[in-house]
Amino acid sequence: MSESSTPRLPRLGVRGWLRWVWRQLTSMRVALMLLLALAIAALPGSVLPQRPQDPGEVVRYLEENPTWGEILDRLGFFDVFSSVWFSAIYLLLFISLIGCILPRTKVHFKALRMQPPKPPRRFDRFRARQKFEVAAQPQEVATVANRILGRKYRSYVVEEESAWAVSGERGYLRETGNLLFHLALLGVLVAMAASHLLTYRGQALVLEGRGFANSVVDYDTFEAGPWVDTEELSPFSFVLERFESEFTADAEARDFEATVSVTHPDGAVETQSIRVNHPMNLGGTKVFLSGNGYAPNVTVRNAEGEVAFSGSVPFLPQDEVYTSPGVIKVPDMGGEEQIGLAGSFLPTAELRTEGARSIHPQPHAPLLVLTLWAGDLGLDSGIPQNVYELDARNMVQISQDGEPMESGAVPSTITAELGEVVEMPGEYGTIEFNGVDRFVALDVRHDPAIFWVLITSLAAFLGLIGSLFTPRRRVWLRATRTDDGRTLVEVAGLTRHEDMGLEPEIMQVITELKAQLSQDRDGDEK
Amino acid sequence: MISEAIVTYSNASDMLIYGAMAAYAVALIAFSIDLARLADRSSGNNRKLAGVGQAVTWVGFLMHGVAVLLRGLAVSRVPWANMYEFAITATLIAVAVYLGLQVLRDMRVLGAPVTGIVLLILGAAVTLFYVDPRDLVPALQNYWLIIHVSIATISVGVLTVAFLISVLQLIVDKHDRVRAAEDKGAASTQGASAAATDASGAATLASDSTVSAEAVSATATTGVETISSAQAGTDAAPAKGKRTWQRILKHVGTPQQLEGAAFRLNAIGFVLWTFTLIAGAIWAEEAWGRFWGWDPKEVWTFIIWVVYAAYLHARATRGWAGARAAWFAIIGYACIIFNYTIVNVFFNSIHAYSGIG
Ligand code: HEM
Repeated sequence: MSESSTPRLPRLGVRGWLRWVWRQLTSMRVALMLLLALAIAALPGSVLPQRPQDPGEVVRYLEENPTWGEILDRLGFFDVFSSVWFSAIYLLLFISLIGCILPRTKVHFKALRMQPPKPPRRFDRFRARQKFEVAAQPQEVATVANRILGRKYRSYVVEEESAWAVSGERGYLRETGNLLFHLALLGVLVAMAASHLLTYRGQALVLEGRGFANSVVDYDTFEAGPWVDTEELSPFSFVLERFESEFTADAEARDFEATVSVTHPDGAVETQSIRVNHPMNLGGTKVFLSGNGYAPNVTVRNAEGEVAFSGSVPFLPQDEVYTSPGVIKVPDMGGEEQIGLAGSFLPTAELRTEGARSIHPQPHAPLLVLTLWAGDLGLDSGIPQNVYELDARNMVQISQDGEPMESGAVPSTITAELGEVVEMPGEYGTIEFNGVDRFVALDVRHDPAIFWVLITSLAAFLGLIGSLFTPRRRVWLRATRTDDGRTLVEVAGLTRHEDMGLEPEIMQVITELKAQLSQDRDGDEK
Repeated sequence: MISEAIVTYSNASDMLIYGAMAAYAVALIAFSIDLARLADRSSGNNRKLAGVGQAVTWVGFLMHGVAVLLRGLAVSRVPWANMYEFAITATLIAVAVYLGLQVLRDMRVLGAPVTGIVLLILGAAVTLFYVDPRDLVPALQNYWLIIHVSIATISVGVLTVAFLISVLQLIVDKHDRVRAAEDKGAASTQGASAAATDASGAATLASDSTVSAEAVSATATTGVETISSAQAGTDAAPAKGKRTWQRILKHVGTPQQLEGAAFRLNAIGFVLWTFTLIAGAIWAEEAWGRFWGWDPKEVWTFIIWVVYAAYLHARATRGWAGARAAWFAIIGYACIIFNYTIVNVFFNSIHAYSGIG
């Protein structure tokens, strides 16, 4: 092949090609497709369990659907909203948006400073038009009409060859609002990204009478965005003075309130309350009441009667009547062997032949139902442990006769009512149920960008209103001298097809125009 | 702790809902016969039964309104905290929007579809979603709930009527296209040219202003639709079934008029939905300490919002304005119904406050 027969296509070059891609990307059609894609891509996020929301459910799903689950997992279907494809769609959409909005903003700024276009030569092609005659001179008609239109329209008078005309336009707010809306959406995205980078949140469980200080060590769980300096958390602290709850007779929750005394970073102390829906706000750090429960206060004594453990142990409620499983771990019984008492706390226990159960969340008849384990609790193994569960790997359950469990034996059951001292089976000693403390689960969150998320959302909302509800109209008027010395006035208008207000508006302008012209005339004649 | 007054209010409310349903059923029958008559008579201008339907709808509406009010008194709060209450309030808004529309234009052809869909939703509400009046769990005791859910309810009510108009628009549009194809050549030149000039006028508005090139062609496309509806006005000798349709459709309006009406309502509904979304995020922030968590209910709120945004875009996109855009509004409404029924009942959501199950 000779050089000359090479097709010219490659001349388009990388640049031309890029320009083509850019033009496609910023076209309305592609924006539309991307919006549709966004809606469709969000669907699996509501159908499949999502890791950030419910990791346990994801594990279950993977166990039940090993093959499909694996594939879906690889493709990011269990964390749709951070998946590559979902991110790609919205990033493309926003790139498209920038490419679409910036040029339009420039054009709009220019239009704002320019006058509306000259009146078209012929009005008969517009659907909204009116014609009438008046006695006033064409120039006067145009001047008065310009004054009337000028209240709502940007308008001006033009002297034409054989006539006087007025051109007016209103509804610039439509485009302004549209641009504001799209730019603000971009702002929402940026603010949300900032929120992701700058937010920290943690959970802490605080017992009545105990304190909490805002530092990483005081949290049970803690996560922070990449840009958070975890050494520099706002140094407030507080003590949970009191927690009160209110339930209906049939165990529906009505109200929860935690009263705390706060020590602010500057040393000031004040009392505040935290309720569901009413977080406490400490200089931008919010403390939410996310849960509550009971911590039975117990004293465990060894066979010699020496106190081996004394304190309140939180049991986590798992249903609406606060059936609360938990573990009391006693590492030092005086000998080699450690013990763990695992079971449930029942705030209002009802005893039945098949066992005890809770019937109300308030502590009307508290009961501890426990079983005894002995061995090594595994606290020194260095592996982080769940304080609410017993690590039974190096422990054995003790039977009702105080021996390690064998098949056929009855497992130990220790039930203690409030104030009771109960013997543990075998030579393990006693447990005393001294009282019931309350605890609250708190979510602490610091998000410096949330204000901007709100502001940009509201800006988008306002822009949307301006864009959708501002009528955009043009109105023209032309006054021509007729052969018999009168003035022919023609009015025409143009708007979008869904705007029904144009014709009434034209009629109103005409009525006013006629009224003013005749008034002026009367004035002249006097 | 349900006092006697509460029981009385709530019983009266339930009775009135049944009363309203009975009235809507009567109205539906009257409106349907009216439609049949429009189709039957060549004069087709005796709309006495539409008047009857309208009057009975008003009666139903008043009962319905009092029923919602009494439900609110029974629970001493706004009556839209569970699916049943949401349904009775949203349908009340839909009927109000329908009745309000009549002030602007005779839209009584919408009477049958509106009373029909309202009956359907109320029927589902009383049989499937009914719950006794009760107080709110703490997570729902927040004034953002009132704002969030009341705006959502109004939005759904408005979008319901918009949806019905979009469906009508598609029917008329389809019918016109078929007719236009049949009458090719027999078109009234006058109607067509009038529409064409208007379209070019619209193009002027777009072209020398800031609206993008696509918007120009979009408005021009709507102009083309005018042509087809103008053609539809010229009558050759259509088959009987088609003539029936045409007589009804004469009272409905052109696809553009319908498009305009549907757009106005969809735009209002979309703005309200946007507000619902923002207010919901504020509520979530106060209740759960995160303004957005991609919970199934939130995912669907987002999907609905995006679909309606796509609808508004489609209206301004070359080749998508008109009938195609209307499909987006219909899909959007289908998503709302899905969100309200399937998501509420079957999806595992922390917003699960349907009160049933
Ligand atoms: C994040 C994605 C986007 C969303 C959620 C969105 C949403 C909307 C909404 C709701 C409207 C109707 C309200 C109004 O007129 O202000 C609209 C209009 C419009 N959008 Fe977007 N948009 C997005 C991206 C884009 C992009 C990428 C483009 C450019 C290609 C674009 C161009 C337009 C235009 C030209 C209009 C005016 C339509 C008309 O005149 O009726 N938008 N958009």
